[in-house]
Amino acid sequence: MEHKTRFGSLQDYTKGGVEVINDDARNYVFSNVFDVASRSKPYEKVAVGKNIEYVIEAIRAEGTSGWRAPAQDEFALVMDGEVEIRLLKLEKPAGATQGSVALPGTPAGKKMGVVRARRRHMTLLPVGSAYQFHAAKPGVVLLQTVAGADTVEKWADICQTSPRPGR
Amino acid sequence: MSQSTSAVPEIGSIEPNRHGYRTFTLGDFGFSRDEYFVQITWPKGSHLIAVDAFLRALQRDIAWGFFYGIVNFDAVVGTVNHYGSVDLFAGRFNAHYRKAGMDHSQRFDTPLIQRVFEAMLEDWTNKTFDPFASPQETGSAFGPKNGSNKEAITRHRVTAKRMIGAPGDEPTRSDESGFPINRHFKDVPQDTPEVLAEPGFEGEVVAFNLFAYLSRSDVTWNPSIVSVCKASLYCPTTEEYILPVIHGNDRVEWFVQLSDEIQWEVEDRDTGAMRARVTMRAGDVAAMPADIRHRGFSPKRSMLLVWENASPDLPTLYASGKMPPTPVQF
Repeated sequence: MEHKTRFGSLQDYTKGGVEVINDDARNYVFSNVFDVASRSKPYEKVAVGKNIEYVIEAIRAEGTSGWRAPAQDEFALVMDGEVEIRLLKLEKPAGATQGSVALPGTPAGKKMGVVRARRRHMTLLPVGSAYQFHAAKPGVVLLQTVAGADTVEKWADICQTSPRPGR
Repeated sequence: MSQSTSAVPEIGSIEPNRHGYRTFTLGDFGFSRDEYFVQITWPKGSHLIAVDAFLRALQRDIAWGFFYGIVNFDAVVGTVNHYGSVDLFAGRFNAHYRKAGMDHSQRFDTPLIQRVFEAMLEDWTNKTFDPFASPQETGSAFGPKNGSNKEAITRHRVTAKRMIGAPGDEPTRSDESGFPINRHFKDVPQDTPEVLAEPGFEGEVVAFNLFAYLSRSDVTWNPSIVSVCKASLYCPTTEEYILPVIHGNDRVEWFVQLSDEIQWEVEDRDTGAMRARVTMRAGDVAAMPADIRHRGFSPKRSMLLVWENASPDLPTLYASGKMPPTPVQF
């Protein structure tokens, strides 16, 4: 018997959900990364998971992002599409203390290289570097990081609040 | 209960029982197995668990170092991790056992309970049975003593220090390294990302195919670390059939469903009363609050990203009420 593995995409995803028996659906902070990215602006850093200071962000990759510098290692998992990730070794620290900071223009530094990542590929965004995303078509990046000033939290807009899925 | 036991003179019988298996004692608890069941005894009661289910749960408890919080083998027996010591309990998180006064709990230093559990797992796992494998990928756990399967029960647990594939870190998987693609994931693309590193930066421009890596996992329900962002750990795992334990949380953990579907039964951590059923499909994200316990059901082998916060202060913060049991309030 052949088995078909089902991944999701911006064009094709089917959400599950919470069936409450004796609880509040909001306790499960239930969302879907493709649903979130389908309604996001390009490179908006929308938190879909939060654990004290740590977050997972769902990012709609579309066009070319600004440069960002992480305060610690970050990890970008492409969940849909193809994303080019450009890396620079910064001449001077960017001053990020938590998460990452946006850098104006193209920062001074030495080219480290490029990763062309497709759905399923995970890329290290190393501390001390700056990175830029580029996607010719809309895609989705799941980012493992720490909450920063540009992290967007809009839980009531993205999460299930009713006792049954889809309501 | 605050005093833990650190030593016992003998951890198991020398002579096997009539089925060929040794019996074990750990403080007030006794463990024996026959051809179908494990019997657990304590001063106020006893309990039977089917031996395949028991060995699957025991295997995870050992491999995970007693994990975060509570590992319920079923609705009666399990362990609580205090990170240095471990409670072995019967009925402690079962409202009816508690009401009847039949619950019992005893604390042991971690090395002691680990040693007894490892000895039990080794003696009771026959050569035909792999506790980490899905039911369709292993032979029988039942019957009289029939050899052993030490290779299966002592697998290396992957704990990346930075990221899989980074220099000096855990390697990716391949046919050559002994990890063929699982029968349920034959359709998962095995391509590698295009990595173009400038000279001198080969060690920092790093990427790998996470889904291909997971498609080659030879175990089920065994979270292992693939990337580390300070105390934030990505612990993906491949799931098939039923989670062999009911995991009781001592902190919030998060799930991101990467492929296929898992249904979760969520119960009150302390009583076992049902709270919710959570169905997760590819791309879904959900939190498991710090005051629940959960068990997953995966009809097809699926990829689940378990996301943990390994900060050591968290159990105390949640237990003291200083931290709400849910990760965000809205």
